[in-house]
Amino acid sequence: MRPNRNVARAVSAFATLVAASAFALTIDLPKETTRLKDAPGVDLVQRTCSVCHSYDYIVIQPPGKPHAFWKAEVEKMKKVYGASIPDEQIEPIAQYLTRAYGDGKVEPGAKSAAR
Amino acid sequence: MNRSNASRGARSRRRFLQHAGAIGAGTLLGVPLRAVAADDVTLPIANGMRPVVAYPQKRPLIVVTSRPPQLETPFDVFDDGVVTPNDAFFVRYHLAGVPTTIDVDSYRITVKGKVATPLSLSVDDLKRMDAIEYYAVNQCSGNSRGFFEPRVAGGQLANGAMGNAKWRGVPLKAVLARAGIDASARQVTFNGLDTPVLPTTPDFVKALDVDHAMDGEVMIAYAMNGADLPMLNGYPVRLVVPGWYGTYWMKHLTEITAIEGTLSDFWMATAYRIPDNACACVPPGASPTKTVPINRFDVRSFTTNPRDGATVTANAPFTVRGIAFDGGFGIRHVDVSTDGGSTWREATLGADLGRFSFREWKTTASVPAGTHDIKVRAINAIGNSQPSEPLWNPAGYMRNVVETTRIRAA
Repeated sequence: MRPNRNVARAVSAFATLVAASAFALTIDLPKETTRLKDAPGVDLVQRTCSVCHSYDYIVIQPPGKPHAFWKAEVEKMKKVYGASIPDEQIEPIAQYLTRAYGDGKVEPGAKSAAR
Repeated sequence: MNRSNASRGARSRRRFLQHAGAIGAGTLLGVPLRAVAADDVTLPIANGMRPVVAYPQKRPLIVVTSRPPQLETPFDVFDDGVVTPNDAFFVRYHLAGVPTTIDVDSYRITVKGKVATPLSLSVDDLKRMDAIEYYAVNQCSGNSRGFFEPRVAGGQLANGAMGNAKWRGVPLKAVLARAGIDASARQVTFNGLDTPVLPTTPDFVKALDVDHAMDGEVMIAYAMNGADLPMLNGYPVRLVVPGWYGTYWMKHLTEITAIEGTLSDFWMATAYRIPDNACACVPPGASPTKTVPINRFDVRSFTTNPRDGATVTANAPFTVRGIAFDGGFGIRHVDVSTDGGSTWREATLGADLGRFSFREWKTTASVPAGTHDIKVRAINAIGNSQPSEPLWNPAGYMRNVVETTRIRAA
């Protein structure tokens, strides 16, 4: 009789849910559709940035901005928004963003990362 | 209210999508309201392509970002009337911990801190108190940021992060009086249900000085245009701070705290700061030496019809109309130019819905064949107006340049 009891339990749980939601407003937010350009470092950027926000935060930014613009954004995410980005990953992320969404010019002396 | 064929087409498509949205939304118990995908739009800025999607309880709006959601109102909506419908009202969240289910019966707003009697109020408790009601514009600090030159980082918005609604609720003053605010309190802070993903991210909490909180106008609103607030606009209650930028209009308001000092969290002390000078501006590319929290709206005006790029009949009268608003002093008059700013004429103002509302304006013009720049400039009751050249600040806040609409007469 165990299966029957499980069914009964499930039905009862469902009824409780319905009762609890009688005066609740519930919405379903749409799925994210924006994707990042494929370039060196994209996996790291996906892993790091998607923790807190969708990729459109990156994709909509003004075109042609220099490395300093993107690096400042990555540092802002770490310092003021508390993103857990190890120091050694700031440069590879900034380089990806500069290549994929900025002016493409990576600062001299900073080209060792992101491959 | 004659509209061009092009915009009529846009509107009928929108109506179809609204209908589709209504089917998708479903009101059955336990069926969540869903989004319906539509198409794309390209804003008149570099890299301006955006999806247009109908979020729950919303018609198709321009998606700035999806997590957390930031939605911009298509500009055509502002030509439909001075009141922005709830399903077209812009959406702006900061943190991805967005509430998606709220049980209004168990929802409580706590009032605490430097008060004689801490309170825990339900929405029904608020509805039993004496209500106030007024029209007020809500506008994002970064509305129009996408037009800044040089461009700046942030939400790349055109002019649709604003809206005008009739808000109904109770004065914050009445709630604070009921709790008995202590003489030692200097500010009142506001927190809502939205939360950061990481514990290391600062929660979104904002503050007003006690004098402002007690001005009798700041409202805890439970209705918007005669209906419940949409979830994405702060259901079931949000703060309404008329004349002030949207950053203070805390959504899903749950905590009101009177404090002795000044709130110095990230959202007050670092973000949402403007240069501490009369124009809230610095030379393009420069950094301000001293900043203050953003506060009252500056004066703005827009032509909603004809739209940029429209064609009118040469040497035949046509209506030029639009909206104007300011930070709560009220619009005194609106001037319109159809020759790029060489000569101006005074427009006729529409019904006065209060000093915090959009104010409709209109005039009649006639122009010879060729290309013409329509400009509009409002002046408020204390003589503030709009700059003819755009002002700049590093965060892209408070744009209020005299707007130009280019039309062709043939």
